[in-house]
Amino acid sequence: MTKKTKPKLAVWKFASCDGCQLSLLDCEDELLAVTEVVEIANFPEASRQVIKGPYDISLVEGSITTPHDAERIHKIRRTSKFLVSIGSCATAGGIQALRNFKNVKDFINVVYANPDFIETLNKSTPIMDHIPVDFELRGCPINKYQLIELINAHLNGRKPNIPTYSTCIECKRKGIVCVMVSKGIPCLGPVTQAGCGALCPSYNRGCYGCFGPKETPNTASLGAICQNMQMKDADIMRAFRNFNAYAEPFRKASESYEK
Amino acid sequence: MKSKTIKVDYLARVEGEGGLEVKIKDNEVTDAKLNIFEPPRFFEGFLRGRKFTEAPDITARICGICPVAYQMSSSHAMESACGVSVKGQLRQLRRLLYCGEWIESHVLHIYMLHAPDFLGYQDAIQLAKDYPDVVNRALKLKKLGNDIVALIGGREIHPINPRVGGFYKVPGKEELDKFVEPLKWGIEASLETIKLTATFPFPDFEQDYEFVSLRHADEYPLNEGRIVSSKGIDIEAKDFLDYFEEEHVQHSTSLQAKVKARGHYLVGPMARYNLNFDKLPEIARQAAIEAGIGEECRNPFKSIIVRATETLFACHEALQIVENYDMPNRPYVEIEPRQATAHWCTEAPRGLLYHRYSIDDNGIIKDARIIPPTSQNQKAVEDDLRHLVGKNLDLSDEDLTWKCEQAVRNYDPCISCSCHFLKLNIKRE
Repeated sequence: MTKKTKPKLAVWKFASCDGCQLSLLDCEDELLAVTEVVEIANFPEASRQVIKGPYDISLVEGSITTPHDAERIHKIRRTSKFLVSIGSCATAGGIQALRNFKNVKDFINVVYANPDFIETLNKSTPIMDHIPVDFELRGCPINKYQLIELINAHLNGRKPNIPTYSTCIECKRKGIVCVMVSKGIPCLGPVTQAGCGALCPSYNRGCYGCFGPKETPNTASLGAICQNMQMKDADIMRAFRNFNAYAEPFRKASESYEK
Repeated sequence: MKSKTIKVDYLARVEGEGGLEVKIKDNEVTDAKLNIFEPPRFFEGFLRGRKFTEAPDITARICGICPVAYQMSSSHAMESACGVSVKGQLRQLRRLLYCGEWIESHVLHIYMLHAPDFLGYQDAIQLAKDYPDVVNRALKLKKLGNDIVALIGGREIHPINPRVGGFYKVPGKEELDKFVEPLKWGIEASLETIKLTATFPFPDFEQDYEFVSLRHADEYPLNEGRIVSSKGIDIEAKDFLDYFEEEHVQHSTSLQAKVKARGHYLVGPMARYNLNFDKLPEIARQAAIEAGIGEECRNPFKSIIVRATETLFACHEALQIVENYDMPNRPYVEIEPRQATAHWCTEAPRGLLYHRYSIDDNGIIKDARIIPPTSQNQKAVEDDLRHLVGKNLDLSDEDLTWKCEQAVRNYDPCISCSCHFLKLNIKRE
């Protein structure tokens, strides 16, 4: 009998907070089971061991913000069979894409005494802008159960069960009373992709859009409702402009409320 | 003349991207650098123009491992700016949330990032093959910390429930009661962790550090206290920048902090432990003494025992809070913004986390400054490397490189934090 080799999994990091790759280590109940079926071949945050590619699954965290990283991502694509960008940084440019609305030089000067030492691009951009991506897993951070579902589905040759409808659907299913209708709390749920389990509304808070835009979001309609709720344009602009600020529907929405 | 360089391009089992480079010439260490190449993200830049209430959600994204620390420092700073103090059970809930993060972060580091060095494994997954019970205990203890953060914060990473003034929603008594038995188990598991880490082989290596941490009159420090040091500093957070400064060096996208008067210093578990031993609960003091670290620990490799002791503290403290919990009537204190500048420090798992904000009457952030623990420890790490390599020049390059990596991991560096970044090169010329 021949010994079957396990598929190789690699984790790559670009500009990010490390939270999405940490999600894998946060799968306390599932981690050892995952390592039974895949070989952790390159995951520097967890291991010194580096096994050479090509890799069957590559998880890419973070956004592209430096000339060096814009080169590195191509090498990773060439050595990866199934490449998934994970989290808002990798799928939309992340919170650091707030630089895209300003001149990055102004930011460098605020943070660093010797701007000449800093090599950075003008924009923070998602992985998809640089290479073909096989799947995008949303969230700031990602939902660890969606990550396991994605790996599981891929290993078994089926489509992952990861919906692209809005947070509202999840919210209704959980039986949560709409925070916008009942309490007048502005909520990005109608335009945000599901995946978190309608977390914020279940904590008496409006959704702040960390899973990014749903399919075909009607941001203009939501913006008009927010205006009717006496929300100021600057506040609506800021609501659309956070962890997924550079995702196109949210970018256009925030720009339309910018003075 | 013999010279060489010991170099690690990409350090493993640390959070974020960094490396190290040590240059040796004629058996003398000529240079030791912690290279930090994590791409900068400019948080202080884009906080300008945001609302004061947004700071906890935005700054949490500096670090996926210790988001609670950023939420706590920023919330307290904003409350201080607006002249509000959050007290009673809301204050206790914040301490409980922080205990959850300490448990989750410390256990991750002890078992998954640090222990494999002492036991000669590449990672915890390989460790699990030989010591399944140990790794399973670790995962269960880490999960306990995460479960606390998830209950109070909404989720483990980037919690959504904390806000300036308190929380969006507070848990009922019965929800916290569920943690009584798990936390009692957590205390036992922490005691086992202290005993296990005490059996690890430790190099004979001590340094004369200046330890810096918070100190509080009645408690082991989490969210508040004066900033004290083992060399006589005793100040309020607002005076931090009078005593400490940051430098921008070419090999690091993280700024390096130092005590203006003296140079490098150390923050984190060892500093807290040495400066607050008397505030630990009896059970933690006794376990630490039995583990042989004494009331003062100066061997950075033994920080793993200190982390285990702090995990015990966190479980013990969490249990006290849970047992004495009374659901507050209101989940948060209303806060009206006013023009002010405020400073606050809390104790992130890796050490002192300083935030300063200036806001205007409308609550718009005009200026922000954030100094995370890893940028404060960079110089101490480089000093450790210099001395450690100097004492171990007879080791093979491979062993010396691993030893250096381990010395960096002693600090549980969070490079994502520090740039708001790390890379080892040992050069022998």
